[in-house]
Amino acid sequence: MESSFLLPDTEDPVSAPFWEGTAVGELRVQACGECGRWRMPPRPMCPVCQSLETVWRPTSGQGHVWSYVRPHPPLLPAYAEVAPYDVAVVSLAEDPAIRFVGNLVTEASAPMNSLSEGHVAIGMEVRVVFPAPQEGVVLPRWSPA
Amino acid sequence: MMGDSAFGPRLRTGMKTGMASGIRDQTAIVGIGQTAFGKGLEDSELSLACQAIRAALDDAGMAAAEVDGLSLFSMEDGREVEVARNLGFGDIHYFGQVGYGGGAGCGVIAHAAMAVATGQCNTAVAWRARKRADAGSRPWAQVSQRISGFQSWSRPFGLLRPVDEIAMLARRYMHETGATRDHFANVALAFRGHANRNPNAMMQAKELTREAYMKSRWISEPLCLFDNCLETDGALAVVITGADRARDRRSSPVWIHAAAQGLPPQHQVMTNFFCEDPLQGPAWATARKLWAASDFTPADVKVAQIYDAFSPLIPLSLEGYGFCGRGEGAAFTEDGALEWPHGRLPTNTSGGGMSEAYVHGFNLILEGVRQMRGTSTAQVENADVCLVTSGEGVPTSALLLRN
Repeated sequence: MESSFLLPDTEDPVSAPFWEGTAVGELRVQACGECGRWRMPPRPMCPVCQSLETVWRPTSGQGHVWSYVRPHPPLLPAYAEVAPYDVAVVSLAEDPAIRFVGNLVTEASAPMNSLSEGHVAIGMEVRVVFPAPQEGVVLPRWSPA
Repeated sequence: MMGDSAFGPRLRTGMKTGMASGIRDQTAIVGIGQTAFGKGLEDSELSLACQAIRAALDDAGMAAAEVDGLSLFSMEDGREVEVARNLGFGDIHYFGQVGYGGGAGCGVIAHAAMAVATGQCNTAVAWRARKRADAGSRPWAQVSQRISGFQSWSRPFGLLRPVDEIAMLARRYMHETGATRDHFANVALAFRGHANRNPNAMMQAKELTREAYMKSRWISEPLCLFDNCLETDGALAVVITGADRARDRRSSPVWIHAAAQGLPPQHQVMTNFFCEDPLQGPAWATARKLWAASDFTPADVKVAQIYDAFSPLIPLSLEGYGFCGRGEGAAFTEDGALEWPHGRLPTNTSGGGMSEAYVHGFNLILEGVRQMRGTSTAQVENADVCLVTSGEGVPTSALLLRN
């Protein structure tokens, strides 16, 4: 098997605006076009008012670590090569219930294992960073704020 | 902005709502059967399923012709038609599947009980067969390059396996509650001790010490090797029938006192990180219905079989099913509380998924039946009700069995 990272389907019309945002350096959240409620992950209907009207809002890109893990092999080959690496769930500053899974790194282009052990903690403040695209997809990552 | 209160009320676990349950004590498990557990078994999943069902019918003293209901996991490889063609069943009048992998086990029993109690069928079999120990069967390793659906928000970032997803909840749980690796070790050691007494357990001959637990390799920090369930080939089955047919069998009937499924608001399968309080998982929703449909409270339960794909699911489930308060599940495991014979709640008395076999939790159901029959290798004296739960972290289900 060729050693490569997994990438999301960016052509799903419901979530495509998210990936269009990361491609231009913007972390966007889906919101209800009627009641304004933010929701993540994206979906067609607002779970509060059942509206199908959808808008996308820019965010601050600021948040804090809600939790994190360090996976070790056995893993898919591309991931095993950089293991152990840091994966976090980040709560967004504007609304802590809006959360993103992402890799914690020292800077946008740094490897997934660039933060050394002991430099990650629940509650640490982070900001979104955008690495170079892989096959046209920009996966948002998080660095210490 | 996105509180769960927007999506429905949260009732206290154990709150009686006055609703009657139409299936309470209406059906019983009258037969159990299983294959050997192992790695690299030659028989197909379909063959293993058929062998387990045949063994369960033998245990019940029933002919294949008496079966007219089939209840199975949606992940099952051997479908209704193949199973019926192999076992030579006659007309089948109820067949249905429950989804979400490890969350389905008690659910398929519940569906069978509902079908029997309502007269849609007279006698149903429910089963799970799995060849997990073949490395090629690991679903997380069979991913396409472009990930769609809910996993597109986690897998590309390296949350590849179920253990990575549960480790995320485990770290948060440790942060919020003060739980430590020693608490997770309490779980692993208790279940291993039970497996050491069980000749059918894969880990029957392998003792585990706290030192070995602490020195074992990481799988996904903060979880180590011994926080994980086994990988097992094998199959198990049960026979469910109504009160009229349940008596005068080879073994006393084990009554399905209450059964419930639960899918809480804003839940997401395995990567349940996106709701207001991810540490109140499907166990909490399932417990609300289960206890409301029951004559019992958690204080009445003296033995439990709790789904243990990963050790942190035990403290989370102890809280969800109301054996202790929020954040108290880890402390509950102290002082040997989960250990037979002296613990306050001997749990996974056959060794569970971590030390007997991991067959999507179906072995927990059979051990619940053995406890109610009085035939467990770690038999809890005078146990008259047993809680059995299915997978926490996914839409799930639970049973209260009584004798």
